[in-house]
Amino acid sequence: MALLQLEGISKRFGRVVVADGVSFQLEQGTSLGVIGPNGAGKSSMFGLISGDIKPDAGALSFADQSLHGVKASTRCRMGIGRTYQIPQPFEHLNVFENALLAAQQGARTRGEESYDLAYSALQRTGLAELANRPAGSLALLHRKRLELARALATRPRLLLLDEIAGGLTDPEVHELTDVIKQLQNDGISIIWIEHVVRALLSTVTRLLCLANGTVIADGDPHEVLASEEVRAVYLGGRIINEAPLV
Amino acid sequence: MTWVNILVQGVLIGGFYALFACGLSLMFGVMKVINLAHGDMAVVAGYVAVFLAPKWHVPEVWSFLIVVPLFGLLGYVLQRTLLQKSIDRDPFTTLLVTFGLSVIIENLLLAIYSANGQSVNIGSLVSKSFQLSSSTYVSYVALTVLAVAVVVLGALQLFLSRTNTGRVIRAVSDDREAAQLCGANYKHVFGIAAAISFATVALAGISYGVMTQFAPTSGGANLLFAFEAVVIGGIGSLWGTLVGGIALGIAQQYGAHVNPAYQILFGNLLFLVVLAVRPQGLFGRKEAMA
Repeated sequence: MALLQLEGISKRFGRVVVADGVSFQLEQGTSLGVIGPNGAGKSSMFGLISGDIKPDAGALSFADQSLHGVKASTRCRMGIGRTYQIPQPFEHLNVFENALLAAQQGARTRGEESYDLAYSALQRTGLAELANRPAGSLALLHRKRLELARALATRPRLLLLDEIAGGLTDPEVHELTDVIKQLQNDGISIIWIEHVVRALLSTVTRLLCLANGTVIADGDPHEVLASEEVRAVYLGGRIINEAPLV
Repeated sequence: MTWVNILVQGVLIGGFYALFACGLSLMFGVMKVINLAHGDMAVVAGYVAVFLAPKWHVPEVWSFLIVVPLFGLLGYVLQRTLLQKSIDRDPFTTLLVTFGLSVIIENLLLAIYSANGQSVNIGSLVSKSFQLSSSTYVSYVALTVLAVAVVVLGALQLFLSRTNTGRVIRAVSDDREAAQLCGANYKHVFGIAAAISFATVALAGISYGVMTQFAPTSGGANLLFAFEAVVIGGIGSLWGTLVGGIALGIAQQYGAHVNPAYQILFGNLLFLVVLAVRPQGLFGRKEAMA
């Protein structure tokens, strides 16, 4: 049974097409990597799944329930967690409160259970020691981790990661991929948009390439990366078959 | 001892301004709505206390026990319907809609209750005061209103900083989109903020009716003072609003001392100076709600 299903999803903003008949399914427990050039519609696809953006056409369903007309906050409560490419912490709340809010609102927990859930999300992302810091004072790595912690505290079944490794140093990327591998082991399904292809390959079992709002390749990561079409759009067609992507 | 009197009277009236202003500040902080009908809501609360409470066999002054929750409910419903619809369009629409509400309310009140001044009857207590120094008298009513203001602002501050609901309000005020993706229904949160705003302004309206006379058009002037208190104190800080209200009150009392015609002028001058020198206000951060 597919956990997430997109059928012919289309969306345009004026003349800009961000999704043009996007269809794919995600099985429970799968990790799907998403690549594509800038402006391919990757983050918009997350917006369509999480409910930030309403599609012009097409159908979306999650855990066999249609997402048509379902608010973003309800989708979160159904189990769709999301991180933003540019972290959006609640700057005037401290780190713990950020996670606690997600635990109470997203996972519908109260009292001690919500405190435990928030704390464990911070622990898993290595933020437990910063729990009392105002979120606005965090540096980039910690902001990215807080995005992840907040998404985790909503107890997601599906986690949408938007360039969570972007802008980080190699050791930092390693730490983050370790965290994500643990989440996979816990059975959380993941869709991960990433330009750091190395990080993707070490975790995902399936890769999807978007360009101009359409899916141009979908399947085994190495096969997708080897496909000429992907190399053409991803590398601008200049150095096809010369530069290794990884 | 004139200075003592100016300070004391300024602080007393400043408490009222802060009580009046905190709901305005909250709605602006959370949903970026400037409610131009805020002052008129206070006046409506005053009329309800004077004309409807006796019909319910409630003493006018105790009517706040009914009026305040009723206004909370009204705030929630109005936010989830009319105001949310205008927010969904754009900020200018929201401004126009609240302005329209203000016009409608004033004219309805004029049509129903005429332009005669009204006040909330509390018997002889209204004129009771004690002597602080040779030229300084402190009215019990004004002192009570100041105490109410401090309690309301303190409670609101605690509510926002310590409770789960308060935390969600702060989060939505920080980033509505991210709050939604954490599972928070921001429209409901907006409703709660409006409920608090309406409840506090109802309390302010009844307090005003106890302190002095009001008429259908009293809302506008008080709205201006509320704006000034919020801006002087700094948007986003509730205690700042109290300090802003008090600073405004003192400036007005000083103006009145110089020349009775200068009372409002001196308040406006202080407001202008703060805007020019420290636009974020005395306690203001650059954005958002405490």
